[in-house]
Amino acid sequence: MGLETIFGESFITTKLNSVINWARKYSFFQYPFVTACCGMEFMSTWSSHYDIARFGAEFPRFSPRQADLLMVVGTINHKIAPILRRVYEQMCEPKWVIAFGVCASSGGFYQNYAVVQGIDQIIPVDVYISGCPPRPEAVLDAIVKLQEKVTKESILSR
Amino acid sequence: MADSVTLAKLKEKFPNDILAIHSYRGDDTATVRREAIVDICRFLREEPGLAYNFMMDLTAVDYLGRDPRFEVVYHLYSLQHNHRVRLKAPVPEEDCSIDSIVSIWPAANWFEREVYDLYGIRFNHHPDLRRILLYEQFEGHPLRKDYPKDKRQPIDRILYQPKIYHPESKSDDLETRHLFLHMGPAHPAMHGIIHLILELDGERIVNSEVEIGYLHRGFEKECENATYTQCIPYTDRLNYVSPLINNVGYIMTVEKLLGIEITERCKYIRVIMSEISRITDHLTCIAANAMELGAFTVFFYFIQARELLYKLIEEVGGGRGVTPSCGRIGGWSYDLPEGFEEKCRQVLQEVTKAIAEVDKLLSKNRIFYDRMRGTGYISAEDAISLAFTGPCLRSCGVYYDVRKAQPYLVYDRIDFEIPLGTEGDNYDRYLVRMEEMRQSIRIIEQALEQIPPGPVNIDDPRVTLPPKEEVYSSIEGLMRHFKIITEGIKPPPGEAYFPVEGGNGELGFYIVSDGSGKPYKCRCRPPCFALMQGLSKMIQGGLVADVIATFGMINMIGGENDR
Repeated sequence: MGLETIFGESFITTKLNSVINWARKYSFFQYPFVTACCGMEFMSTWSSHYDIARFGAEFPRFSPRQADLLMVVGTINHKIAPILRRVYEQMCEPKWVIAFGVCASSGGFYQNYAVVQGIDQIIPVDVYISGCPPRPEAVLDAIVKLQEKVTKESILSR
Repeated sequence: MADSVTLAKLKEKFPNDILAIHSYRGDDTATVRREAIVDICRFLREEPGLAYNFMMDLTAVDYLGRDPRFEVVYHLYSLQHNHRVRLKAPVPEEDCSIDSIVSIWPAANWFEREVYDLYGIRFNHHPDLRRILLYEQFEGHPLRKDYPKDKRQPIDRILYQPKIYHPESKSDDLETRHLFLHMGPAHPAMHGIIHLILELDGERIVNSEVEIGYLHRGFEKECENATYTQCIPYTDRLNYVSPLINNVGYIMTVEKLLGIEITERCKYIRVIMSEISRITDHLTCIAANAMELGAFTVFFYFIQARELLYKLIEEVGGGRGVTPSCGRIGGWSYDLPEGFEEKCRQVLQEVTKAIAEVDKLLSKNRIFYDRMRGTGYISAEDAISLAFTGPCLRSCGVYYDVRKAQPYLVYDRIDFEIPLGTEGDNYDRYLVRMEEMRQSIRIIEQALEQIPPGPVNIDDPRVTLPPKEEVYSSIEGLMRHFKIITEGIKPPPGEAYFPVEGGNGELGFYIVSDGSGKPYKCRCRPPCFALMQGLSKMIQGGLVADVIATFGMINMIGGENDR
């Protein structure tokens, strides 16, 4: 922002940190990269019963340029992997990634020629969610975990 | 053997080309010379007494170490006579090719491409023989038995040249050119990942191409390396919107191979759970489609109703509705919980209410009607020749539902109707799905009334696990448990095809057993695959915006389409 380059890690920027991080953590604009079964639980989390809007992350943005949270929902195989990478690269900083479900985290029980054994081989991941597919509660937990992570970040790093 | 009309006629007409015939577990099978496959197929289709108009499935099996090494397997169905036949054509490794049957059934196009992709069998005179599920840089054919299961071939980018793409212009003058538009693979309205290449004249679609395979995750390879019981979770994830129908289809195929009869109570449980799954499937399809067309309220209403059904499935199977994996060979994982009947009726009431509400919101909604009526049209003949099944076929007015044509479980004891459309467009598909949900509710209510008490699992030491008390207290029980867990259930050598009515149409499993605890080949006949093949035809001549409605109503499920 300019200020931080002058002041470094001083009182002004640390306060600025907390204000900006507070804003960031309650307004995730997610890009749902939905490929497989986990999408069904993503729908459940997103709609009225579990209501992800309570955490300020309900708004899907289908343009990577407008999103700051990439949700990789489902299995990634070697054919879609280059596309996932490209979507990630098109996102502007600050950006975070959630690996939604075991397939995205580690390949899950698909240990064969087709499936990428975890998206962290292609792009960096902030939060992994276990489960095949994860329950909506687990997804909400992951959002809270990511919020905690965002709070601790310095605006100098993003 | 003699009672099969088809086999008798084949034998009479082609005495030299039929190598062997047999009927195993009720499946009529003819092994034919590969040179004669086109003639035989044409005869089967055109002979009035046979009229095999559906090319249901086409796949191959790799018998490594046997000569000839490969076998191309065709499953045909005659709507008029309600007959099925399986053709098998051996193909040697040295000259790995067979004539294409696309000229007889256009549906064979993608199926043949898939066999070429995964097995490397070439189809002569095929109009467009390219890889379909994998990518061009992929070396080898993964479903061959000598391809290592975990040999991965990562790529940096996809080298993909659409066949319809011809950007070069003919002259330097001012001219009108068609625009090529890529839709997907990451597109908001493409739920599931699919790549459409549209050739546009203004907003009209002149030509299009569909590229699939972005969710290919090696279902068959995984199954070949797992015991019969371990395959059940993989089947859940084929059509993850109606997983229990997949469970039922798979376990019933294995039971057909084993030749066992399950208990009465279990039959009813399977019907109830299948129909619950069918409702969740249609709810999700209509919800997502309505959302894409701007009717957001519908999405929330239906997902709320689905949530209730998921809770119900969770009580029965222990997992939420996406992947409960509660089917078991020879029975079901658990009996229905206490008070299930009452809860189920309550939930069904809620679902009925949601359907009625959405009916009011959508069916006569001007915007929705205008976007659905007349778009995505396909004629009944085209639908049959492309092997459409399920709501998409019935919307054209063709009466075919596996539950009525070859009733399995207890569908013949239950009173229900098959809704039919007349126009073959998106609006009819929507109406058919809405009515099917009401019929499913009727089925569940009747099944709840009729369900008898009794055991759920059969008591067969080859198939089902003994009760835990027996495992802990007797050596026989322990051994039986140990054998089934470590070696798996062992059906006798043979093959079987069994179709069930899935959310999107005929969901068939074709399993080849070599007598071991693992399937030698486990093939799923994916209804979506045939439907996606027809997408190009359905959107041709329409507007770009109509692609969304049509694609939504096909209800493509990636897990099933790409497997």
